[in-house]
Amino acid sequence: MAEPEISKLEQTAKELRRKILNLIFQAGSGHPGGSLSATDILTALYFGGILQYDSKNPSDPKRDRFILSKGHASALMYCVLAGAGYFPDEKLKDYRKIDSELFLSGHPHPKTPGVEIASGSLGQGLSVGHGMALAARVDNLDYNVYVVLGDGEIQEGQIWEAAMSAVKFNSNNLIAILDNNKVAQDNITEDLKDLEPLEEKWNAFGWDTYRIDGHNMREVMDILRLPLHATKPRMIIADTIKGKGISFMEGQTAWHGVAPSEEDLQKALKELE
Amino acid sequence: MKDGATRDGYGAALVELGHSDANVVVLDSGVSDSTRTKKFGQEFPDRFFNMGISEADMMCTAAGLARTGKVAFATSFACFLLGRTMDQILVSIAYSNSNVKIAGTHSGLAVGEDGPSAQMIVDLAYTRAMPNMTVIQPADWEEAVQATKALVKHAGPAYLRLGRPKLKGIYDSSYEFEIGKANVIRKGSDLVVFATGGLVQESLQAAESLQNESISVTVVNVSTIKPLDQALILEETRKHGAVVTAEDHNIIGGLGDAVRHALTDHQIAVPIQSVAVKDHFAETGSGAQLYEKYGLSANHVVRNIKEVLAKKKS
Repeated sequence: MAEPEISKLEQTAKELRRKILNLIFQAGSGHPGGSLSATDILTALYFGGILQYDSKNPSDPKRDRFILSKGHASALMYCVLAGAGYFPDEKLKDYRKIDSELFLSGHPHPKTPGVEIASGSLGQGLSVGHGMALAARVDNLDYNVYVVLGDGEIQEGQIWEAAMSAVKFNSNNLIAILDNNKVAQDNITEDLKDLEPLEEKWNAFGWDTYRIDGHNMREVMDILRLPLHATKPRMIIADTIKGKGISFMEGQTAWHGVAPSEEDLQKALKELE
Repeated sequence: MKDGATRDGYGAALVELGHSDANVVVLDSGVSDSTRTKKFGQEFPDRFFNMGISEADMMCTAAGLARTGKVAFATSFACFLLGRTMDQILVSIAYSNSNVKIAGTHSGLAVGEDGPSAQMIVDLAYTRAMPNMTVIQPADWEEAVQATKALVKHAGPAYLRLGRPKLKGIYDSSYEFEIGKANVIRKGSDLVVFATGGLVQESLQAAESLQNESISVTVVNVSTIKPLDQALILEETRKHGAVVTAEDHNIIGGLGDAVRHALTDHQIAVPIQSVAVKDHFAETGSGAQLYEKYGLSANHVVRNIKEVLAKKKS
């Protein structure tokens, strides 16, 4: 991928971060930290030509599926969907508000165009994605399923059940991306319950495993453009920073689920100029 | 009329559906021989997914399959299937309104010797409490076959409560099962029994034996527990003025509660008692022994009928 295209994606990611912060500020609640850490990953998927979708025909059976298993990053999800043309930007004003026409709930639900399944309870998305990956085989379609997981989320046992299942069924069209921002709500993930050694774990479970810098757009694009493995599902461990892009939010548990004040918002937006 | 377990009816219907509907997929979690999904798996290996002993993963995998347009049957023993997967069912299936049919076999005390950890008596409570969820418990082999087929035509999440033991046939193939419709299977005049699952059989036996004592009992099979057939339940209650409910489930959260709720919502106050597990865990023993000791057998239906009739007269 040529340099101008990479820098265009980086610019898109920066604009998304501004939108996300404005959205959470306006809603008065939400999850900035985990939205900002996964922004580059979703930018690459939706705007880098990886995910095959037609936002004017969201139920196209041949579409690639995307699942945000860490549903609390809903501000990111909705900003991306609006940017991808699933609905106009103006609709974002309903985020977390009652009577929201597109059901822009605190955690995503399929009533919103472009959302495949409800999330909000951690640990379910990898299994759901695997079900969709199996369906592709039943229907003789060649779509892929991309699932973004949080790092804290993989403390859930169900993730490892799904990890074994996808290998049993050789579901190579299932691609998981771990937003390894190393911070959960309570604590840094390592102290809460250490996940390392991550590559060894996923390799041992039989996944085609890679580890990248989740904020290096070229690395993210390169890995997402790799051809599918012949038989194995793929795990991309993306090392990220919670609150990425805003100096006073980076790596802070305090910014897991808190909306910025007006003053914080202005400070943050300045850093994203 | 064919005798057989409701799990057998389920398994037979799945194979038929496999032939007639390419959208039907079946999942199991390592007990496919006992749940009777194995035959479907042998005939349609590309549409059968044995997920291993991972019920939570199975539920969400079924949800994923359903969201692509499949009708996904997720199967295991009721005791393993429902407790640990409440969260998966709530979010990925009920709230998402995914077209997953949850089939729990080996329900209730009827399962017998494996003991209370295997005797699922709270599943109706679990599933009834969920928005979007339809809850069905067939009373014999034929109804199990028809209910399984009806669920394919019904869009949305459902729980199908099935049993292990062989039950005497109640219906022949002329029967037409309809989701949401209860039906009168024996007509009487003194009291009405609203029964579900294996307790329909116990209730019929009870009604039969009371005939000798000139007590005339109506038996209604309430196979759809949610949505409840309110119209029929209110009509039969008004007609008889005395009610017994009967189910192999805890007394909290099952058919008895559903019927009481319907009656109180319509200001109908009549003598009513429930044949159900009385909010305790049972023990090991054969299904028949447990039904006797824990108050679910035909004898106990008889006792409850007499007690309610005494209240009606006083």
